[in-house]
Amino acid sequence: MQSYDLAEGSLRALNQALHDLKGLTNMTDWEVLNPRGAHAIAAGLDAPVTVHVRGSTGYYCAGMNKQATVHIHGSAGPGVAENMMSGTVIVEGDASQYAGATGRGGLLVIKGNASSRCGISMKGIDIVVHGNIGHMSAFMAQSGNLVVLGDAGEALGDSLYEARIFVRGSVKSLGADCIEKEMRPEHLALLEELLRRGLADHKARPEEFRRYGSARRLYNFSIDNASSY
Amino acid sequence: MTDFPRTPPRFSATFTPAVNAEIRRAAASGIYDIRGGGAKRPLPHFDDLLFLGASISRYPLEGYREKCATDVWLGTRFAKKPIHIEIPITIAGMSFGALSGPAKEALGRGATAAGTSTTTGDGGMTEEERGHSRLLVYQVLPSRYGMNPDDLRRADAIEIVVGQGAKPGGGGMLLGQKISDRVAEMRNLPKGIDQRSACRHPDWTGPDDLEIKILELREITDWEKPVYVKVGGARPYYDTALSVKAGADVVVLDGMQGGTAATQEVFIEHVGQPTLACIPQAVQALRDLGMHRKVQLIVSGGIRSGADVAKALALGADAVAIGTAALVAIGDNDPRWEEEYRRLGTTADAYDDWHEGRDPAGITTQDPELAARLDPVLAGRRLANFLKVMTLEAQTIARACGKSHLHNLEPEDLVALTVEAAAMARVPLAGTDWIPGRGSGGY
Ligand SMILES: Cc1cc2nc3c(=O)[nH]c(=O)nc-3n(C[C@H](O)[C@H](O)[C@H](O)COP(=O)(O)O)c2cc1C
Repeated sequence: MQSYDLAEGSLRALNQALHDLKGLTNMTDWEVLNPRGAHAIAAGLDAPVTVHVRGSTGYYCAGMNKQATVHIHGSAGPGVAENMMSGTVIVEGDASQYAGATGRGGLLVIKGNASSRCGISMKGIDIVVHGNIGHMSAFMAQSGNLVVLGDAGEALGDSLYEARIFVRGSVKSLGADCIEKEMRPEHLALLEELLRRGLADHKARPEEFRRYGSARRLYNFSIDNASSY
Repeated sequence: MTDFPRTPPRFSATFTPAVNAEIRRAAASGIYDIRGGGAKRPLPHFDDLLFLGASISRYPLEGYREKCATDVWLGTRFAKKPIHIEIPITIAGMSFGALSGPAKEALGRGATAAGTSTTTGDGGMTEEERGHSRLLVYQVLPSRYGMNPDDLRRADAIEIVVGQGAKPGGGGMLLGQKISDRVAEMRNLPKGIDQRSACRHPDWTGPDDLEIKILELREITDWEKPVYVKVGGARPYYDTALSVKAGADVVVLDGMQGGTAATQEVFIEHVGQPTLACIPQAVQALRDLGMHRKVQLIVSGGIRSGADVAKALALGADAVAIGTAALVAIGDNDPRWEEEYRRLGTTADAYDDWHEGRDPAGITTQDPELAARLDPVLAGRRLANFLKVMTLEAQTIARACGKSHLHNLEPEDLVALTVEAAAMARVPLAGTDWIPGRGSGGY
């Protein structure tokens, strides 16, 4: 395992070394020591490597990730895995605002809670949160799946497009155009798979969740809906 | 009965026929008016400034003999690979979605032939424009449609869009008629919906976050690319200062005349400051921070000619960007389509229902038949010609003012025709040494 100590080396040198792995096959296991809340750790990776970050990270850890597995053994600051394309990001602790924002693919697992705007504008990413999520989560979410084992805050799924939301606990309120939908067999199957991939199949069963999605009433402007906008 | 003379019909200056027509339209439809383009009302503008030219105390350069350079470096502050454009005129960000594929290709071709850059827009990067643009600026917008790290890395510069002059504080919209299969796929949206893009970025708010966002983008691209921040003309002094503080290489400042693909008319006409008023505030911020010319300033919003370019540069900009003028150059609103404009209830040079996607010129549309009307090669050549003419015009003025580089133009070369323009541009009213707002007696 390659070990990189951020107490000694710079963020730039770390990320450059990780970017340079593109196209190489050896050195696939990395650990980053002393992250101490630094921003943009392991952002922009594009190689099938695993990076263990031993501690908590600042903003945008694993931002725009492709292929890599980034495992944060601590909590993550705002925008963890923002715009992720593929690969896996696992947060052992909690995640701050905008976790998985605009993510287009891959899997984000948050074992603690996620703050507000989790999955905002998500575009294909799968997000599994073992704890609770904050307000305005999945705002304008376009596609992908958001699974929450705990509770959801206010205005869940406001102005939602085609993303699917599954919540096991309570939902404080639904945002504009977000409604509860019937859980059909294909959704249970999907959820089972998501729980398994999200390392949560021992914690919850698909039948315990409710499904939320877009009522699609705001897809085309209608003056009668003006107060919803 | 005596036949008295009758009072002729008198229109109200407040309730004009146009105002009344809008009231009736609103009452009938229940929805605000949406259109493309920039502010159409008269505003203090570059036409209200004049150059002084040379005289006994300032001598001119020979028109066809003595050099007047036009090139600009952008991104010299932090980027490992700053970009070098041969003329101080760039093509502003206009989305694929708002514009057709051939139109984007034409912009790339024209800009490349003229030695300058073009810019993506809300909707991501298309192969047409990457392939045909030697220098391509990749926009990072609140919607993040199509955003991906590969496009970031194959861009020549990155532009974080905070706002646009036509609608500072507003998001985007692209109505169902223009969400074709391709546009829907690039944006990951259902086809045919009325798409709204967010007005705020999803993963940062405020200048401190912006600084970290810029850091992330630099890290992802190994600090190679210049990072621009684009702001609408709202609070240019502070927005420029905060962009510099957040680590921008370039500030792009778009005044209220700046075009848009589609926005509420009320927004276009009533929010933001005129381009003329924006520039000196931004330049002041750069000077106060000791960053003028170190962080480059690109100005847009109503730039139409080489005279406008020269005036923007004289006020302290490093370069300008054009949107509407570039569209006109490639054929937008051309009288040759007059019959069709009439059928749409409008006329050439007034057509602005770009959001409806029925542009007879094939530019602001996703209809394949209409889009096929635009020949990207020919249109690109027209844009290159126009850019060359603008540059020659700016050089003509600069030489007359005795400048060997367009950047040597300065406020001292200018006077204003109106009190308003003098106050906004911070140059003296013609025939006086009075700059309103500077106390009496000039400086
Ligand atoms: C059709 C059209 C589409 C536009 N799309 C975008 C966009 O996607 N992103 C953006 O930052 N600005 C967009 N703009 C604004 C331009 O980048 C630029 O700020 C403006 O056009 C400059 O003013 P001008 O049109 O008077 O030259 C658009 C403008 C037009 C006319």
